Amino acid sequence: MKVLVPIKRVVDYNVKIRVKADQTGIDLANVKMSMNPFDEIAVEEAVRLKEKGAATEIVAISIGPQECQETIRTALAMGADRGILVKAAHDVEPLAVAKILAAIAKAESPQLVILGKQAIDDDSNQTGQMLAALLGWPQGTFASKVVLEGGKAEVTREVDGGLQTVKLNLPAIVTTDLRLNEPRYASLPNIMKAKKKPIDQKEPGDYGVDAAPRLKVLKVTEPPKRKAGVKVKTVQELVDKLKNEAGVI
Amino acid sequence: MSVLLVAEHDNKTLKEATAKAATAALKIGSPVDILVAGSGAKAVADAAAKIAGIGKVLLADDAQYANQLAEPMAALILELAGKYDAIVTSASASGKNYMPRVAATLDVPQISEIVSVDGPDTFTRPIYAGNAMMQVQAPGGAKKVITVRTTAFKAAEMTGSASVETIGAAKNPGISEFVKEELSKSERPELASAKIVISGGRGMQSGENFHLLDKIADRLKAAVGASRAAVDAGFVPNEYQVGQTGKVVAPELYIAVGISGAIQHLAGMKDSKVIVAINKDEEAPIFQVADYGLVADLFKAIPELDEELKKQGYG
Repeated sequence: MKVLVPIKRVVDYNVKIRVKADQTGIDLANVKMSMNPFDEIAVEEAVRLKEKGAATEIVAISIGPQECQETIRTALAMGADRGILVKAAHDVEPLAVAKILAAIAKAESPQLVILGKQAIDDDSNQTGQMLAALLGWPQGTFASKVVLEGGKAEVTREVDGGLQTVKLNLPAIVTTDLRLNEPRYASLPNIMKAKKKPIDQKEPGDYGVDAAPRLKVLKVTEPPKRKAGVKVKTVQELVDKLKNEAGVI
Repeated sequence: MSVLLVAEHDNKTLKEATAKAATAALKIGSPVDILVAGSGAKAVADAAAKIAGIGKVLLADDAQYANQLAEPMAALILELAGKYDAIVTSASASGKNYMPRVAATLDVPQISEIVSVDGPDTFTRPIYAGNAMMQVQAPGGAKKVITVRTTAFKAAEMTGSASVETIGAAKNPGISEFVKEELSKSERPELASAKIVISGGRGMQSGENFHLLDKIADRLKAAVGASRAAVDAGFVPNEYQVGQTGKVVAPELYIAVGISGAIQHLAGMKDSKVIVAINKDEEAPIFQVADYGLVADLFKAIPELDEELKKQGYG
């Protein structure tokens, strides 16, 4: 069984981002970039499936600038077998990403595509669901557990009130939530080995996809800032303020 | 511009999120029709009909909609989509699940988690965990598919009396099935809509210690939440998580206990009206957003708070 794992290169989750003064976007100059944390969980899940003998091959895919190759290398060092880099100079919206992935899925015929539930840069939370729609496959989003059995995937999902379990026909799409697993760190020997693993270089046009943005970004601004308030000395003072000053209890 | 608003509910009651999303939908255009897809959900449709300003309620009552599975939900919405210029729902776990399926099938981009409607085709949404706000314009002439961050909108009045029209189910794609649900049972208000939220973080040290917060929650009729650190440590289940990738809340009062205040957590609560932080580390970033900060050991402060609230007649 082949598993595809699409991964995104994003600003590292520890970085405090800066909005550009001209309001055109986020300042990405000299900012540390990493694999989207949810995608690391996706890679880990695929590698575990391979270690259990359920998966035979893992293909890591990234769409974006040439530097995404580093992100693919990270996935290869974690245990993916080969990579596909689809080069795009600008931000590619979730719908276009899903179209490229759908074309790759049609060519590669995986039984499972595992991807992060959202990227921590644009926070869209769309790509997996869109890919499922374009392929006509079922989806198990926000997964905290995935069990493959009898040609189906049983996926436990983190929902607003607790957990929901669904059974999906294969092939299927799974998007990862935080509790699915804890991603491994790649070992040095595996990082060395990853350098020899193949990465195909493609472009959106190779898949017949127009990756031009459809949404027009008018501006990107700083959110309204909250001011720090006052320190209270005692619990009694706190209750008094909440009751008589803020009037919220 | 006609709008289809998909209701959020549990087959028995309509969630307040729908009344809030209705406010956003009415700013986008009118008429706004509401789709209630559920099983045995007539009461939900009747409640939705009371939302002021809407056109009509469409009720699709069928077993396949009981658990809001993405595949049948998207199939139903797509069957209705032709008549509408915009399709809107709240950015809840289920809205986030089915809506992008609808958008991709219609070949339009989705605009996720809008916090304001700036024009009929212009919207603002948070990116980077709310550390930046992006204003986007949807492509002209295309259908708009939108999820709404409901904490950013006031609930519409419940003074209307729209008609309820029963519609048939769409063909179930038959590629997914519901197995089970494990939902937390609580007498307390829901985290997403509670007026007061008290949340614990890593500083709580154990799941057992969350009972300290339960006591305060009972006195103040508050919901209990948690930081990711507390959920990852197994102190409380996932549905407690407040943050970038958990729930976004904006109550009247948010009390953060033993939470340091990582940007990912702040993303989920910084729009609260009043924020209280109780933490023994006075350098904790949470104090930078707190209206009232108390530098104290929570294991002393919380029992004291319980005592003080009791003395003042709460609970």
